[in-house]
Amino acid sequence: MTQQPGSAYFLDDAKPLAETRTLCVLVDNEPGVLARVIGLFSGRGYNIDSLTVSETEHQKHLSRITIVTRGTPMVIEQIKNQLDRLVPVHRVVDMTAVGPAIERELAMVKVRGKGELRVEALRLGDAFRARVIDATIESFVFEITGNSGKIDQFIELMLPLGLVEVSRTGIVAISRGPEGM
Amino acid sequence: MAQEMTGADMVIEALADQGVEHIFGYPGGAVLPIYDALFQQDKVRHILVRHEQGAVHAAEGYARSTGKVGCVLVTSGPGATNAVTGLTDALMDSIPIVCITGQVPTHLIGNDAFQECDTVGITRPCTKHNYLVKTIADLPYVLHEAFYVASSGRPGPVVVDIPKDIQFAKGTYFKPKDFQHKGYKPKVKGDLERIKQAIALMRTAKRPVFYTGGGVINSGPHASQLLRELVKLTGFPITSTLLGLGAYPAADPQWLGMLGMHGTYEANMSMHDCDLMICVGARFDDRITGRVDAFSPRSKKIHVDIDPSSINKNVKVDVPIVGDCAHVLEDMVRLWRTTSATIDKKGLKAWWNEIEKWRARKSLAYRQSNELIKPQYAVQRLYELTRDRDVYITTEVGQHQMWAAQFYHFEEPNRWMTSGGLGTMGYGLPASVGVQLAHPNSLVIDIAGEASVLMTMQEMSTAVQYRLPIKIFILNNQYMGMVRQWQELLHGGRYSESYTEALPDFVKLAEAYHAVGIRCSKPGDLDHAIREMIDVPKPVIFDCVVDPAENCFPMIPSGRAHNEMILGDAAEKIDEAVTEEGKVMV
Repeated sequence: MTQQPGSAYFLDDAKPLAETRTLCVLVDNEPGVLARVIGLFSGRGYNIDSLTVSETEHQKHLSRITIVTRGTPMVIEQIKNQLDRLVPVHRVVDMTAVGPAIERELAMVKVRGKGELRVEALRLGDAFRARVIDATIESFVFEITGNSGKIDQFIELMLPLGLVEVSRTGIVAISRGPEGM
Repeated sequence: MAQEMTGADMVIEALADQGVEHIFGYPGGAVLPIYDALFQQDKVRHILVRHEQGAVHAAEGYARSTGKVGCVLVTSGPGATNAVTGLTDALMDSIPIVCITGQVPTHLIGNDAFQECDTVGITRPCTKHNYLVKTIADLPYVLHEAFYVASSGRPGPVVVDIPKDIQFAKGTYFKPKDFQHKGYKPKVKGDLERIKQAIALMRTAKRPVFYTGGGVINSGPHASQLLRELVKLTGFPITSTLLGLGAYPAADPQWLGMLGMHGTYEANMSMHDCDLMICVGARFDDRITGRVDAFSPRSKKIHVDIDPSSINKNVKVDVPIVGDCAHVLEDMVRLWRTTSATIDKKGLKAWWNEIEKWRARKSLAYRQSNELIKPQYAVQRLYELTRDRDVYITTEVGQHQMWAAQFYHFEEPNRWMTSGGLGTMGYGLPASVGVQLAHPNSLVIDIAGEASVLMTMQEMSTAVQYRLPIKIFILNNQYMGMVRQWQELLHGGRYSESYTEALPDFVKLAEAYHAVGIRCSKPGDLDHAIREMIDVPKPVIFDCVVDPAENCFPMIPSGRAHNEMILGDAAEKIDEAVTEEGKVMV
């Protein structure tokens, strides 16, 4: 009972209890379906930390949405159930709960600089297994893949070396082992 | 069997194939082809309302009193936006509605065309699902799917937005029997292990209570029958939410009356002190729970609901059972009969003794007057004088609604139509139009407040046009009564804008609509006036002038628990009863 909020009107974010979850949502690839999902989150006051969408099964017209969200276990349970009852939603899988899932993000990082800074950027890029996908005399664009922590770290390192801009995909996730979603 | 026809004809065909007899609507530019098709057929009867909100409420009344899907047809832009309140109401109360909206032609969508609005965008959060039909090939599929989605699982409103060019376009229609939904399949059968667990808990409970809701009504009359059977078998007390009234007969001694903010003392105390709560088709709404952290602190909770998202939303439960009420109740009855273990008769007897003590406080008592009609008395007399008839009751929202729930008693499901979740003032009059259409020979009464009923008063014109003898029984206290009551309890008696100056003369207003107006302001005249109202075979507006100062009790003040109710005779202590924290709540 201690987890009950005092009243529906005084719901604190209950920060100490909030946890981060990655949800994969299999949906019909039809107009408005993303708006439905996002509308659900904004309408009910849930958080979205990261969101990616793309068609994954062309034949069946299915798209996969990966959402990273935060909340108390009760709220996370609500989010899953609320998503699941949307008509175009086929399945909701809590990747954090089903076991160790693999999460990856891709970022493109533009760095501008000359001389020693430029060399250092290239060296660090190498250390992070980032690929150079565009180069000029005074700039690089790196492509880096990994979990969000690794990308955050790389971006931080690029900051003093002439970071210009970053474009990130958001997290995608898949479960380990032979079983599919 | 496939047939070539226009989109507009498909709409009519699909409605007829889905068994729709009445559709409530209002024409406009973007639905003209459908209205043209309506004109040339006699399978579906169109009921012309006076405002699109009224169309949806009428369809809700129709749906609630019949168990069928209610249908609405409105035009684009303002037609659709006017329907939004009704759609939201239907969503909150889980009423199956299919609302067809016209849309500007596809090539104009997004151009800010005349009477264009983003209907699917606007109605997305207030419908169970919605569709914009972009090709004629999709239309028959979408129409049938709309009926399926609206009526299956937890019912709700569905919007089908059809651009005008699609209504003109020709395509192939197919019948609903060729239709199968690809993804949406709600779970109706409850998990048997969980049901067994529930039965085991029920067997050993000393202080059990059934807490049932609108889900039992939505599940069909069979669910109500099974509920009665189970309650009788177990001998447990039963209470219900506002929307669940009628699922269990109010005349039965095991019935505790409604629970919640204005529920009876015995119902709320039983909820607070029980050791086992069996929630069937209700959703632990904030009007029911009061203060959540003090809600029924010592009980195990069983929750039967068809919507998994209702479970553990507000209150953590011990035995969740996802499934349709009728299916789960059927399993429960069967298991109860076949398991041999006995119940704790001694414990149960002590529990009933306690309940009888709470009941003896007569929490609904009020002080009678010879001068003024007490609103409670008015509802009581209305009940006594109509109870032997085939009667359906609708309400608006406010004090009168609570008095109706407290003093009008229901023995059967589908007889009580009220806006619970959204609390829509103006619901009752149009809803009664829908109910009367579905039950032309029954007595249909809207127990109303004078403020609410003015919000959709124009639908009197609809009632007169279709010769629907609805009775609008207004408890006229000249205030927005519930607003005034809260201002009295929470805002130092500063009645900010809750008094309506310049009310119309309701008798003359009735006459202006070619209906009948009756006014009564003396308790002694009331019975005669009510009989007159019943006997007139025409729509009636009954202006029942009641005590303007009366408050609705008992009441759980906001921010308080079930065992901290205010009873009517304690009214003078009200000011201290609400905490600072409670004032913030609605």
